[in-house]
Amino acid sequence: MKKFILKRILISIITLFVLITVVFFLVRLMPGGPFMDPKMTPTIKARMEAYYGLDKPVIQQYFIYLGNLLKGNYGYSMRYTNRSVNDILAASFPFSADVGIRALVIALFFGLTLGITAALHRGKTPDFVCIFIAIVGTSIPDFILGGLLQYFFGIKWRLLPVAQYLSFQYTILPSVALGLGLMASISRVMRSSMLEVVGQDYIKTAKAKGVSQFRITAKHEIRNAIIPIITIMGPSVAAILTGTFVIESIFAIPGMGKYYVESINANDYTMILGMTVFYGAFLILANLIVDILYGVADPRIRVGKKEAA
Amino acid sequence: MDNDNILEVKDLSYSFHTYGGVVQAVRDVSFNVRRGEILGIVGESGCGKSVTAQSILKLNPEPPGFFQHGSILYNGQEIIRKTEHEMRQIRGKQIGFIFQDPMTSLNPTMRIGKQVEEIFVGDRSMTSAKVKARALEVFQQLGITDPERRLHQYPHELSGGMKQRVMIAIAIIAKPDLVIADEPTTSLDVTIEAQILRLLKDMSRATNTSIILITHDLGVIAKLCDRVLVMYGGKIMECGTAEDIFYRTRHPYTSGLMHSIARLDMEKSEKLTPIEGSPPDLFSPPKGCPFAARCEYAMEICNEQEPEKTDISEQHNTRCWLEHPFAPRVDLRYKGGGVHAAV
Amino acid sequence: MAEAVQTAKRRDGEIPKEKFRVVGKNIHKMDALSRPSLSYWQDAWRRVKENKVASTCLIVIAVYILLAIFVPVFSPYDMAQQDVSAMNQSPSAAHWFGADALGRDMFVRVWEGARVSLTIGFVAALINAFVGTVIGCIIGYYGGAMDTLMMRVVDVLYGIPSLIVTMLIMIVLGRGVQCLIIAMVIVGWIGACRFARGQMLQLKNQDFVAAAKVLGVPNKTIIFRHILPNMLGLLITNLTLAIPGAIFSEAFLSFIGLGIAPPASSWGILAKDGIAALRVAPEQLFFPAFFVCTTMLAMNLLGDGLRDAFDPRLRGI
Repeated sequence: MKKFILKRILISIITLFVLITVVFFLVRLMPGGPFMDPKMTPTIKARMEAYYGLDKPVIQQYFIYLGNLLKGNYGYSMRYTNRSVNDILAASFPFSADVGIRALVIALFFGLTLGITAALHRGKTPDFVCIFIAIVGTSIPDFILGGLLQYFFGIKWRLLPVAQYLSFQYTILPSVALGLGLMASISRVMRSSMLEVVGQDYIKTAKAKGVSQFRITAKHEIRNAIIPIITIMGPSVAAILTGTFVIESIFAIPGMGKYYVESINANDYTMILGMTVFYGAFLILANLIVDILYGVADPRIRVGKKEAA
Repeated sequence: MDNDNILEVKDLSYSFHTYGGVVQAVRDVSFNVRRGEILGIVGESGCGKSVTAQSILKLNPEPPGFFQHGSILYNGQEIIRKTEHEMRQIRGKQIGFIFQDPMTSLNPTMRIGKQVEEIFVGDRSMTSAKVKARALEVFQQLGITDPERRLHQYPHELSGGMKQRVMIAIAIIAKPDLVIADEPTTSLDVTIEAQILRLLKDMSRATNTSIILITHDLGVIAKLCDRVLVMYGGKIMECGTAEDIFYRTRHPYTSGLMHSIARLDMEKSEKLTPIEGSPPDLFSPPKGCPFAARCEYAMEICNEQEPEKTDISEQHNTRCWLEHPFAPRVDLRYKGGGVHAAV
Repeated sequence: MAEAVQTAKRRDGEIPKEKFRVVGKNIHKMDALSRPSLSYWQDAWRRVKENKVASTCLIVIAVYILLAIFVPVFSPYDMAQQDVSAMNQSPSAAHWFGADALGRDMFVRVWEGARVSLTIGFVAALINAFVGTVIGCIIGYYGGAMDTLMMRVVDVLYGIPSLIVTMLIMIVLGRGVQCLIIAMVIVGWIGACRFARGQMLQLKNQDFVAAAKVLGVPNKTIIFRHILPNMLGLLITNLTLAIPGAIFSEAFLSFIGLGIAPPASSWGILAKDGIAALRVAPEQLFFPAFFVCTTMLAMNLLGDGLRDAFDPRLRGI
């Protein structure tokens, strides 16, 4: 188990390095480049020089950048010239985290429940509801769903607010728009996982032992069926994260996603660089945690094979 | 119900609803199991032996399975009419079941100890100390090495033979009167198989526990069983003591089985004589005897009507038109070498 | 032999003696084969045809493709043609889907957008599948150091958020259809590669491969003419299911402002414009949304149907 965790950590660190390098050099390639713009004001130019060492060779710039990163310094935004990327991240991250977590909770809670219920009532109404939601949910892109929800609940029927993020009501539409697609995927995976587990031999053994159906479902079926769900948690977090880009734009939530999209459209290269590295690191960390969780959940990985005749 | 019998099955018919229609997996099967005896059920894959066995504990998935008619009396009680709740009192505690594949029959995410002790959940008379003691006792009895440690291990840490011993432990831990073993050694090495069979026989003799042993291997039958049922196409073809079946064979199918296995005393140049063909389609079972299409002694009547049961002796009976006075006299006993079919 | 004792009653009287003539085995009834034998592909095609849902989806997609091809050709409007007098007009006889904020005809824009989105979806998914499969097959077959290296690389690359990298590449490359496809392919071939490698590992140890080797068949032939056809079913299924993902990616990127550049039309751009016009003319969102969603839905259902059609365990049902 320890070996397993160490290996995962090592790969994560390498991945992070590769990401930073790739992003760094990509930004260098961007058209116009931030560092040669004649329209730059002297203030920015001075900051850039100090921060990036622009007159030095590229490789050295790279290491300077790495050094800065290790100190936790992401540099300064070009658009909001008096604000550092760190400041903007600190201010906007809580909003994104809030929407993201709500969406994740919605997706997991309803997705798992729906999937389990569908599998236990195969061929009956809950099953059809689940399949319907699963198929439709995975076919509607989250931004289109966001727009539709905005229109019907916000504009037409005036039930819920559609912009900004001020109180609980404001969180409903964005988190639903963000989480529904994931909920559909989770319910689908859970359903097929449950169906597969239910047909396994050890479930028959449990029945032959006189174990009650409730206990069989809770302790045998769900316990085993949930393991594949853990493996999709990595991509799920990534999906929610990229979803925040569009959802925050549509619902005018001052989160990281909105800033990210704006900086892309405004060619604010330092922001792009800094936020990309942050996002990347976040996802790599999330994947690492998921990998470890998986190792813990599945005893076949947690406890190695020690054969005894 | 005869008090000597722990189980009486009469005219049991069990079928399944499927996409393509109704499959009659078990048709009019009748047999008894006496206290302390080991009854073998032998037949090809798909002949209905597993379905029959699982019907006794109502383990077949329903839907799509259903009892078409018949009765199963266990200690005088009618199983078919029992509720799930009542069945749960019987399963594991009064009747134990050993499944075929130990690799997949244990929950991979639950410790062995918990799986073995799960039988006693809800039984207030068994405290956890008593349960653990009993588990260790049974492990000891079955030759499971290092029993304390085993209780904390996960299934994937054990070898196949060890896992099957755990399955047997689960089946006998509550001291049932009857144990049903569905091909318990099919997926094991021959040497391990010998050990497991020995264990089962000793256990049965020591505690006077009846065993229904399902297998397709005649060698296993010879080693263990007091009486034998031969099944084909969902029906019982022949029934008798092991000696009757091996030395006084009266059914062409049984005879075919005898002749088709490789024996130590065969000449090198002797060819194996398999039974040509494959088992019948149970969607639309054949009109007459299910074995007629593959039987070299088949007569016209065999293709038209099902044969009636003929008692040859008190314990030995067969279902075959060859027993009819009009039929030619045929000797179906195995010819060649006096050596037993031994494993 | 002792005399048998009859215990059961005889049915409807005596049975005539002739019935007891030995006729022996019946070769025709011996092996019960009640269904005709079909080849793998015939069986799969039959299953797809019988699956009404999948067949409907196939037809829907075909219709969309035809509309995408022909509507822009026959429409009286050009997609960039602005008409100030028709701004945000609701659907009417002149403009079947209405007009957008700049007075452009929505109907032609939807189907021009369809051209772009569908092309990108199919082409990107196809290239990903092709490149990924070829590389995956070769790596998986030959194994060795190259395989280990490759898998380490893939492990690392898999951890990098693909959409983000695609976005960055787009910033570098600029906007437009070709740039988009290139960016999507640079990131997307890895998934197909992983899958193909996994399949190759499973199949290369099977006996038919050993048999081919023994017969002296060259490796390249083994890979492409023996093993690959066995994967083809699953590959096609994956391809079908990858297309909605590609369509989504294009829509997402265009929505953010990175994909297709206006005045060109794509479903992503139309979604973006539609959301901007929600208060004024919501149908500008509804129309493109409807077609995007139904296309993705149809491809998903078709993919499911294909998966069932190619599943060997469902054979003969």
